[in-house]
Amino acid sequence: MTNLVWFDRFDSVEKACLGGKSASLGEMARAGLPVPPGFAITTHAFRAARDASGVIGAIRAELDGLDPGDTADVSARARAVRELIMSWPMPPGIEAEIRGAYRALSDRSGRKRVAVAVRSSATCEDSPDASFAGEHDSYLWVRGEDSVLDAVRRCWASLFTDRAVSYRVQMGYSHLDVEMCVAVQKMVKPRSAGVAFTLNPGNGDRSSVAIDSAWGFGEGVVSGDVTPDNFLVDKVMSVITQRTVSAKQHAYRLGDDDRVRRIELAADQAAAPSLTDAEILAVARLARAAEKHYGCPQDVEWAVDGELPDGQNVVLLQARPETVWSKKKITVSTGLDPMASIVATLAKPLHARNP
Amino acid sequence: MADRFPSPFEITTPSGAEGWEKLYRYSSLFSGDRREYEDSQFWFRDGVHWPEVVTPWDATIYEYAIASLSQYNTRHYIIPPALGVDFRILNGYTYLSPVGVANPAEIEARVPHFLERAGYYFENWDRLYDAWLVKIRALVQEMTAISIDALPEREPIEVITGGVGTGSGFALQESYHRLCDLTLKLWQYHFEFLNLGYAAYLDFFGFCKEAFPAIPDLAIAKMVAGVEVDLFRPDEELKKLARLAISSGVAGAFSEPSPEAVRDILRTSDAGQGWLAQWDESCEPWFNFSSGSGFYHSDRVWIENVDIPFGFIRDYIARLADGEDLARPIAAIHAERDRIVAEYRDLLGSDEDRAAFDGKLALSRTVFPYVENHNFYVEHWAHSVMWRKMRAFGEVFVKAGFFTETDDIFLLQQDEVPTALFDMYHAWSVGVEPRGGKYWGPEIARRKGILDALRGWSAPPALGRPPEVVTEPFTVMLWGITSDSVANWLRSSEGSADGVLSGFAASPGCVEGPARVIKTADQIGEVQAGEILVAPLTAPSWAPIFSKILATVTDVGGMMSHAAIVCREYGLPAVVGTAFGTTQIKTGQRIRVDGNHGTVTPIG
Repeated sequence: MTNLVWFDRFDSVEKACLGGKSASLGEMARAGLPVPPGFAITTHAFRAARDASGVIGAIRAELDGLDPGDTADVSARARAVRELIMSWPMPPGIEAEIRGAYRALSDRSGRKRVAVAVRSSATCEDSPDASFAGEHDSYLWVRGEDSVLDAVRRCWASLFTDRAVSYRVQMGYSHLDVEMCVAVQKMVKPRSAGVAFTLNPGNGDRSSVAIDSAWGFGEGVVSGDVTPDNFLVDKVMSVITQRTVSAKQHAYRLGDDDRVRRIELAADQAAAPSLTDAEILAVARLARAAEKHYGCPQDVEWAVDGELPDGQNVVLLQARPETVWSKKKITVSTGLDPMASIVATLAKPLHARNP
Repeated sequence: MADRFPSPFEITTPSGAEGWEKLYRYSSLFSGDRREYEDSQFWFRDGVHWPEVVTPWDATIYEYAIASLSQYNTRHYIIPPALGVDFRILNGYTYLSPVGVANPAEIEARVPHFLERAGYYFENWDRLYDAWLVKIRALVQEMTAISIDALPEREPIEVITGGVGTGSGFALQESYHRLCDLTLKLWQYHFEFLNLGYAAYLDFFGFCKEAFPAIPDLAIAKMVAGVEVDLFRPDEELKKLARLAISSGVAGAFSEPSPEAVRDILRTSDAGQGWLAQWDESCEPWFNFSSGSGFYHSDRVWIENVDIPFGFIRDYIARLADGEDLARPIAAIHAERDRIVAEYRDLLGSDEDRAAFDGKLALSRTVFPYVENHNFYVEHWAHSVMWRKMRAFGEVFVKAGFFTETDDIFLLQQDEVPTALFDMYHAWSVGVEPRGGKYWGPEIARRKGILDALRGWSAPPALGRPPEVVTEPFTVMLWGITSDSVANWLRSSEGSADGVLSGFAASPGCVEGPARVIKTADQIGEVQAGEILVAPLTAPSWAPIFSKILATVTDVGGMMSHAAIVCREYGLPAVVGTAFGTTQIKTGQRIRVDGNHGTVTPIG
């Protein structure tokens, strides 16, 4: 039984023990989409802790005959169950595995206590994970082994949020059939970030990846309050075909309080390109991989994580289908026979030079 | 930025070059007679083919080539928007001016003729190209067979007993005319396919640019370019000989510096004789290969300068001994080409576009072997024979006391040679001294002085007022000149503040390193491993040094220039057509060559 598995090793375990969220992270990692690194604590670990806890009977008794209409009662009983779960002793082997994996992730990030997100990834044979979206908890900027262990337990306990409990009762699902996998993923501290389209949004050219990039978090690029650097990369040849470096007056950076705030940049940093050539090509590769994986043009959010080593530091944050140009049919003016086309070629101005 | 280049009539004669005009055909000079026309045209310097001053006889090749090119546009295929390319020589340098068809109605009227004539060639390309290969070999053979002998004291008895009825003086003059005729015929053959080949390629090029506005030129070139090309054969033969030297155990002979000493050692063993037999086989025709463009008599041909191929073979032997694999990764090159084609094809928006793409790519690949291979047959092989034959005439003149050196013949204009031959014939017939012995010595010395003065002159990249937009297809296709490059010349002629040069991004990659500026092919031995080659242009025969340099920068050339093709082959960054690379960059200076964006930046 595998209690803990790294995202890029997910093919070594059955999907059912991962829950929806973790499984999709694993799928992306396997498709060559560089999601921020991390690991999952599988449902096997959850089950092992639960079965060793000796409180299953108490949980069952607590939830017996629940009336979902009585919200005050639901709330009180759910809280009691969560407290029972928080009291589970962590089986020592599992605890050691989590501590070890967290230390490895910290080492890889060059940090003593790397910040991670600890996310619930519930699974239930009867119901698609999507219907539970938002019903369970996630914890951001968690630092330190003890805090991670605590957050893992909180995620387990979040199987019994008030809403989750009501939902299961309404749907007639058994409370004890659902299990919880927990994903622990590095929080990205972007040196630079932005968006990328797997086509040129200016003209629909499908051979280009268009990248907008600025210093720090991608907020300014997305909201449009920073004029980003813009790069165009040819997908097939993997060469940068166009670059516009803008004056990026400010950046969104993480404060000591783990809040993102806008800061002004010195003129020389504002004017410097926010990506190296190698990073530009890595962003383009990532966007292209997403397009291939999902089978249609993509609009992706990415970041260069300053804590990860070069060559592994460009990460994918989100991918969604591009909707504007993808719907249009782009056709080169043809309908000419080959000879007429050659005559037209000879007659019109030609540009035998890169733009 | 200036909006025009100097008028040809504003150009003055460099000091010491007075009277240079008399060294060239009157029809190839700018003159007051035609000033109105000449001043209305835009002229650009053909640094791609004739970067240096042309001697009077070498100008023949320039004139034959450009007239032949023009003839096919104007009189054979009736290219709708383009007549020929006019040509002039100014201070010893070559200038070209493409002539368009101005009247739209006339362009329209030319279209049906073009469709019929060019269409015939496209439809029957493979058959006609096969026939061309036969024609060109026959021509080279005919040229090789021309006999050029000094005039005998008395005619052989067989002339009497055979009832021949003509003599050696006549034969010598006939041979010269034959050589000139065959050279013009060679250039007719050269352009039988070339313009049409480029037109088909450019049609595919235009389609790709329309479908994918940001597609690198290089990607298009890679989709079309052949993998096993005759132009690479000489280099492949060198590698084959290097491998044979090792496998047959005679590599040690190459530690001798002189080719003669190497050969002496090889002759002493069976294995060595086997190697020499293979050498002879490789020589014909593959080492009829010029170390330059083949357009100058001074370009050194391998077969006559054995130190060049022997030097390359020695280098290859050393690298093979170091465990290097010199083989071109043919399968990988094919696979990469297939990948590029498949990926762009997939990115097209419709099946109609994919059908058009397939058709245009197929035609481009049909025509491209000619575009890639003709250069070996014409500029290298046939020209090697032609220059050899001309030297044989030079030798005859030396023997007759006209010249001190064989190559003095290239100081005569093409139509002065018959005059000098007649002088020789006249004196030989009569049995007296020719005037030539007294006449040509001082005249040649005077001409050499003029040419030396012209060599010191810095020829502007263009003359006259450029068109608003360069639309003339052959300017773009054959010389790679566009509105951008003209604007770039105008800017660069005033000197850019940061010294950044720009040109065509001919082969991708970005490197920094020390520059090695090479002005002529003779300096090629100076190039050291790890340097960036900066040259007016490169020749295919420089291939062996491409595996030890970091990048290439040239003054002239476009995406399909030899430097571009060879650099892509070797995976080296290249920026071509910078116009001022060899004048602004100094040997030893550190530069950054960005083959992705076509810039060359001095650093430090």
